[in-house]
Parts: sequence; C-alpha cells; structure tokens
Amino acid sequence: MLKGKAWKFGDNIDTDVIIPARYLNTTDPAELAKHCMEDADPDFPKKVKKGDIIVAGRNFGCGSSREHAPIAIKASGVSCVIAESFARIFYRNAFNTGLLIIECPEAVRETETGDLLEVDIEKGEIRNKTKKKLFKFKPIPEFMRNILDDGGLIPHIMKKFQASCNI
Amino acid sequence: MKKALEKRKPMTLAQKILAHKLSVPYLEPGELIEVPVDLTLANDITAPLAIKIFEETCMNRVFDPEKIALVMDHFTPNKDIKSAEQVRICREFAKRYGIKHYYEGGVCGIEHALLPELGLVAPGDIVIGADSHTCTYGALGAFATGVGSTDLAAAWITGKTWFKVPETIRFVYYGKLRPWVTGKDLILYTIGDIGVDGALYKAMEFVGVAVKSLSLADRFTMANMAIEAGGKVGLMEVDHKTLKFLKNRLSKEPTIFKVDILAPCEDVREYDVSQIDLVVALPHLPSNVKKVIDLPQKIYIDQVVIGSCTNGRYEDLAMAAKILKGRRVNPNVRCIIIPATPEIYRTALRKGLINTFLEAGAIVSPPTCGPCLGGHMGILAKGEKAVATTNRNFVGRMGHPESEVYLSGPAVAAASAVLGYIGTPEELGLKAKEN
Repeated sequence: MLKGKAWKFGDNIDTDVIIPARYLNTTDPAELAKHCMEDADPDFPKKVKKGDIIVAGRNFGCGSSREHAPIAIKASGVSCVIAESFARIFYRNAFNTGLLIIECPEAVRETETGDLLEVDIEKGEIRNKTKKKLFKFKPIPEFMRNILDDGGLIPHIMKKFQASCNI
Repeated sequence: MKKALEKRKPMTLAQKILAHKLSVPYLEPGELIEVPVDLTLANDITAPLAIKIFEETCMNRVFDPEKIALVMDHFTPNKDIKSAEQVRICREFAKRYGIKHYYEGGVCGIEHALLPELGLVAPGDIVIGADSHTCTYGALGAFATGVGSTDLAAAWITGKTWFKVPETIRFVYYGKLRPWVTGKDLILYTIGDIGVDGALYKAMEFVGVAVKSLSLADRFTMANMAIEAGGKVGLMEVDHKTLKFLKNRLSKEPTIFKVDILAPCEDVREYDVSQIDLVVALPHLPSNVKKVIDLPQKIYIDQVVIGSCTNGRYEDLAMAAKILKGRRVNPNVRCIIIPATPEIYRTALRKGLINTFLEAGAIVSPPTCGPCLGGHMGILAKGEKAVATTNRNFVGRMGHPESEVYLSGPAVAAASAVLGYIGTPEELGLKAKEN
C-alpha cells in the first residue's frame, strides 16, 4: 500500500519540464532529483516529500526518450505517478526503471494538490482519503508485472542469462 | 493453423515489417512480441546511462558490435567538463567492446541525418534508439522507434526487444504543394489536427501522391515528428526516390513492403495539401499550429535556428539560401545555421551556400543538436523569442523557462531572420515559385 500527498499537474507534461536538458550532463539520480519538475514548479524539488504522488492529465512524459525523467521523479521521493495517459517511451522507461505509473483518468479528474491518496496495487484501487472517494484502475499486464517482480528489465533479463554476478 | 488461415489478411506497413522479422504470415495489432533488432543507437546523453546499466550486469560482451551506433551529437563539441566526461565514457566503452559505429569529432553529425547517410539503416530493418526521434528512419520503410537507456542496454545484451504490435492511423496526403510549403508544414499541420497525443502508442502510415512527390529530406522531416503526435513509428513506402537515396550507401539488401490500402486502420485522415499554407507552431506545444498569415500581430524575434534532425539536411539549407541570398539578417536577430552532417556541410560549401549564409550575416555552426534541446550554441535569455526549424517548443526547451520557441519550416525561418519578425518569403517580395 502506497500513501502520499498529491501534486497535481496538467496535460502534456513533457520530459523537458520533468528534467530540463540543461541538467543532462550527469546521470546521478540525486543530482537529477534536485531539478525535478522545476520548469513547471520551481519549488517542487524542495516541497516534495518521500512517498508523495504526482497526479497529471493526458500524455504525461511526452517528448524525449531521456530515462533521466523517471529516474529524477523516483529519486525525488515520488512513489507513483497517476495520469490520464502516458507517452509511450516514458511508459516503458518508468517500468524499466521501477517507477510505478498508473493510468486512471477518473482519479485524476477528482484529485487536487494536497489531497491524501492511498494506492493498492494488488487490488487496483486508488483511495482519495481527503475527498473520501474510491477509484479502480486496470491491472498491470502480466508480462509487465513479471518485469516489475524481477526488479526491472535488467534483472529480468539477467535472470534468463543466469549471469554470474549478483545484481 | 490459425496463422495459416490468416495468411491473406491485409496488414499495415508496421504489421508487415514485424511479421516478416518473425517469419510469421500475420500479426494482430495488440499482440506482444519479442523481435531481433538490426540496429541500436544512443547519443552522448543517453549512452552513458545505458553503459552504466550494461556494466552493472557484468556482461563481458555485446550482442553484436556492428549493430550498435554511438553518436556524440547532443552537447558536442563538448560544451563543458561534465559533457566531455560523458563522451569519454562512450569512447572508452566503444573501444572496450569493439563498437564499429562510434562517431565523434569531424566524422560526426546529428544521428538521424548521419545514420541514413552512412547506409546503416535499410528498409525493413527494426531499429531502436535511445532518442525519441529514432522514428525518422520510418521514411526509409524501417520500423524505428525511440526507447530509454534501459531498453537499449537490454538489447545490447540480448539483441532483441519487445513491442506491442501497434494499431495504425493512415494519413493520406493528396494534391500539389503550395510554393515554399514543405514536409515540415505538412507534419505540423497534421499534429495541429490530431494533437500531441493524437497517435499515442500508434503507428502513423504516411501515404498518398503528395508524399511521393516529396524529397527524401522532406520525408525524413515528416517521419521525424511522428513522436510529436505520440506515435511509435512514422512509416512510408519505399519507392524509386528511396532507392536512389540508398544507392551506393547501403551495404545490405533492403526488404521492401508495399502499402496495403485494404489493411484495417484505426483511423484514416485525408489532407488536400494544396490547402495547407506555411505554418508555425506557437509556444509551448508542437500542436499549437497557426498559418503564418493568420498571426494576429507581428511577433518580433531574437533568434533563428535552421538545423536539427528535423530540418538540417541539404534541401533545407538550400531553401534557406534561396531566401537569404543577397539579403541581410535583421540586426536584431541572431541567425544560426547548423548543417546536420559533415557531408551536408561539404555539399553546402561546394555549392556556395555557406558563403551565402556568411554574406547574409548568419552564423554557421558545426553539426550538433546544440540549441534544439537548449544544450549550447544558441541558448535563449529570459523573454527571448526564436523561430526554429527544430521539433519541440516546450517550456524552456531552448533556454530560459520564460523564453519562447516557434517551430517552422526552413522558408519561414529564413524569411523571419531577414524580416526580424515571423513572416513568409512573400513579404520579402520573393515571387511564389516552385520548390
């Protein structure tokens, strides 16, 4: 069960807003987290607390393929992103890097910044404690869950390859 | 048995390429498949992350050192120490694993212009790149799409990747192009029509006589911006122009598929291109498209950028040169022209374009992605406005979060550089003539 405060954003939040290219001369998650979402809300990196949840409209993560975007979000402490829809490269990148993302337009429409949310991945439920409302989301497809269960795409592949080193 | 019965079911280009690669007669949209990849690519921003991920696995080999391209094009020539370190990581990785197609320095160009030029992408190929504009190669009939660094690192190990077979939206373009109108105007118009998520998760199939009439440069421009509508791939049929472009470049046999108009599509959209004017996409979305002549007031600009993986090819520069020849860049404007590859640069030099640009007072940059993503070589200050032939006009894309980018084709960009505000070649008294 995930629990956190909602931070609401609009439609088409692009990867340049999530992590501007001027900070892409590093791959360090902590460094990237310092600038997460700053072109949409300059104080977001300071305000966001561990476990908080980003709630956004359509096409979240559109734009570049930079995996720095889900990495920055995850490193900033955000536990999950709930959006009406996700851009396709971001969708893959989020799963591959272990950032939980959920498509649930109803929950997005009825959630405001500051609302307390609870997410039950197993049941496929989002509970808005502030608004006292319950939303259902489509379960994550099995092949994607396998990747998540193995801890991401790389461990998933390494399991098949039975590599000698521990990861 | 099921497959055999489905043998005659018509398929879209996306289905055909994927089915052929798996040696099956039919694939249904929505099916999840694992396919071998013919080429994987990454740049100086995404490769270091892929290398970090790859090295964490302790694998001591890549699946095929000839099927990996590393192109150091984004922050190069290295803009700062951190960027130089990123490139060093890539260079050392390339040496360690015998990566054949590593490009840096004077042989390097913008990846999506460079790789087709070098003949590294063939029709029918499956290409994944840790760069969202990898969909550019759809203009060559290749199933090419952007992925993240983890997907790429995984493919370096296995030589494979997974896809959901996409639904297709078919875009039919007919009629004759208006003067100065290019593939850029067609694709911006299309994105304006369907929105930045209008083709989300979908294959875009570009067909029709107007597409056939376009140069390869214009076709690359259109396929390049499929991602700006959320598309997975932007596919076109191979024709004699494609084969002419590939002649003396390609070192392998192309696999050519024809468009099947009977193949079921999720949607079919038709455009009479004779009705499409010169357009710009206003800040801050590529779908925010307006006719230049319909702009309510003069939008004065500080910078023009002509280049990028979208519009940095010879034909784009030639169109800009037609407009800049014998004219001067407005004193209030910095006009930055970026040939996308060394070959394009040399051709432009040989044909006198570079001289035209310099005489007009433009800046000619070495090949780099540079300002397109706000990296370097032309960053905007607070409140500044730019017209750019690039692909994105998001908040802060070319610099300060309060700067503005207006996307256009090369004709509007070059004319605006002279005018000092966003305008058309006609406003300079240039007669309407055939492109």
